[in-house]
Amino acid sequence: MDIRLVNLTKIFADKHSEVRAVDNLDITIPSGKLIGLLGPSGCGKSTTLYMIAGLLEPTSGQIFFGDEDVTVLSAEKRGIGLVFQNYALYPHMTVKQNIIFPLQNMHISKTEALARTQKYARLVGIEELLDRKPKQLSGGQQQRVAIARALVKEPKVLLLDEPLSNLDARLRLQTREEIKRIQRETGITTVFVTHDQEEAMSISDEIVVMKSGVEQQKGRPQNVYENPINQFVAKFLGTPPINIFAGKVQDGGLYIGEERIGDSNLENQEVTVGIRPEGFEISPEGTLTINIQHIEHIGRDKSIVATNPYTEKETFRFIVDSDNNVFENTNVKVLVKSNKCYVFDKLTEKRLQ
Amino acid sequence: MVEGKKSVNFLRGILYLSPALILMAIFTFYPLFNTFIISFKEEYNYMTGKYAEWGFANYAKLFASGNIFRTCLVNTLVIVFVSVPLSIGLSLLIAVALNSIKPLQKFFQTIFFLPYVTNTIAIGMVFSVIFESHQGLANAIITEFGGNMINWLGGNIQATTIGKGFLDPNNAIFTPQWLTSMIVLMVYIIWNSLPFKILILLSALQGIDRQYYQAAQVDGTSKLRIFSKITVPLLSPQIFYLLITSFIGAFKEYTSVVAIFGNNAQSVGQRNNMATVVWYIYKKTKEGGTTMGYAAAGAVVLFVIIMFFTLINSIISKKRVHY
Ligand SMILES: Nc1ncnc2c1ncn2[C@@H]1O[C@H](COP(=O)(O)OP(=O)(O)OP(=O)(O)O)[C@@H](O)[C@H]1O
Ligand SMILES: [Mg+2]
Repeated sequence: MDIRLVNLTKIFADKHSEVRAVDNLDITIPSGKLIGLLGPSGCGKSTTLYMIAGLLEPTSGQIFFGDEDVTVLSAEKRGIGLVFQNYALYPHMTVKQNIIFPLQNMHISKTEALARTQKYARLVGIEELLDRKPKQLSGGQQQRVAIARALVKEPKVLLLDEPLSNLDARLRLQTREEIKRIQRETGITTVFVTHDQEEAMSISDEIVVMKSGVEQQKGRPQNVYENPINQFVAKFLGTPPINIFAGKVQDGGLYIGEERIGDSNLENQEVTVGIRPEGFEISPEGTLTINIQHIEHIGRDKSIVATNPYTEKETFRFIVDSDNNVFENTNVKVLVKSNKCYVFDKLTEKRLQ
Repeated sequence: MVEGKKSVNFLRGILYLSPALILMAIFTFYPLFNTFIISFKEEYNYMTGKYAEWGFANYAKLFASGNIFRTCLVNTLVIVFVSVPLSIGLSLLIAVALNSIKPLQKFFQTIFFLPYVTNTIAIGMVFSVIFESHQGLANAIITEFGGNMINWLGGNIQATTIGKGFLDPNNAIFTPQWLTSMIVLMVYIIWNSLPFKILILLSALQGIDRQYYQAAQVDGTSKLRIFSKITVPLLSPQIFYLLITSFIGAFKEYTSVVAIFGNNAQSVGQRNNMATVVWYIYKKTKEGGTTMGYAAAGAVVLFVIIMFFTLINSIISKKRVHY
């Protein structure tokens, strides 16, 4: 079952102010896919998710589950599973009681309910923990219980609100693989909210990048990464982040400072140039002069911190193969790969090239 | 080295605590201990310190038939086992209701909190006017709707009583008049004890993570199940705290009785029929002569009972309270 959000808008208003938490969101979530809802803190991800869940009423717009308009349907009738940012496991119930709780509301026979509880506990790998209280579990285990509780109803839609934010780096990696596996196995249409771009990129079939309640771009993670629609998306995706330079277009050439780093068929104007960290190549024929400040060896690669007078920040960081021979505190010339280099409008930040 | 430091720290701790410890020793522990001793001294005269002999005579006297202490004990137990569950249940419902309304919440909170900041005796006097047995407010309303006057506080022969017909007027304790007056007392005690409980429960409710309720809502949990399976268990530490403190408070009920029924704790025309254990203790300490022993014995009995129920409470709570 696919989910369609049509001009979905949520305005939080009180006497003094008005917050447009979600602004005219128009997305279709294909059936059986995992969609990553991505954006910085406060951009309206949770609000969107809660509206899909039915916990928040949209100010305007519609939500469709398949062909059914569920905009005004109450949460309990939507048949969704929701995993909260901090799991919201009932602290006074054991793991088993937590998982079986939704089934008891549905008046499912006791044997059936127990069987399903077992099944989903096994699926998420917590069947030995059934008699423990949430407090006696690690963060990752709690998270899996929360997922089991959401899945046990066999919902049509699974919604996850930053479910990994409380986990340490290693556990986060492990559980996100697990979520992906469970989602594949069950084939449930899933919306996964996160502000961690790497997480979203690695787990999602498609990502939706949001900013201040407005959708910026939607697409396959790699597509969005390679073809950001504006400076915000370009900056938000990728680690290390994209490097931003003040540049200009002059007579068919793209310049950073007075150095021509590539071609451009744009009109003469001042522009912002974004270059991915992997878009640099150290070469005697290089076109851009930089000063190397610091070199870090990270396995196959070298991560280089360098300066150039036209960078947005004081320094910038790029990555080259470790067989490059470079030294700290020297000036070198670099080539800029054209497919890793984007040109943005200086004012609107829209992608020009 | 470490050992030495520890004992120095210990001594220092004792030193810091000593003012409090000394005061408590003089004004709490010594009287407690002494009460216990006195309760076993027959015909103890607290002015002269003389007594006849050691023994259980004071206790025997307390429980002898005809002694008002029996009434006191029964009344106290009735107050405890009726008013405590009722007031906790009521305050729970009110707190949940208050928590679920948005407009006027502060206003209602204030109203419910008013009794807490009002003097018990003053409210008691208001109550004794409301429930005056002739033309008090309660009776005025009842007669307005065509009912019979009720002999709430006694003293009105024409008025009827609640419990007439199924309670024996000649029973030593449970007469219709007793029931009628006890109802007034209960209303007063419960009403008077609500604000504090509501305050505690409401602030606990407001501290419960909203996500539990959202999770329950998504899972289609009924209101009743949310209340019994989520709200009550999550409030259980506070409920238990209230249970223990109001049990103890109810065992020590005294002011309310005197406020409504006067120094002799009785409906007009009855003999001490509303008396409680603490009332008995007060009375016996003030009578002078050799009655101090009875007061002490009464206090020890009360102490043992409270101890017993608190113990039971905490055993039950181990199973039922979720922290
Ligand atoms: N109940 C509310 N009343 C008023 N404003 C709200 C309310 N809930 C959210 N907002 C505002 O709406 C905006 C979006 O909030 P939301 O919780 O959706 O952000 P988010 O993207 O989930 O952020 P985070 O990553 O920090 O969880 C924020 O500016 C927030 O302050
Ligand atoms: Mg959020």
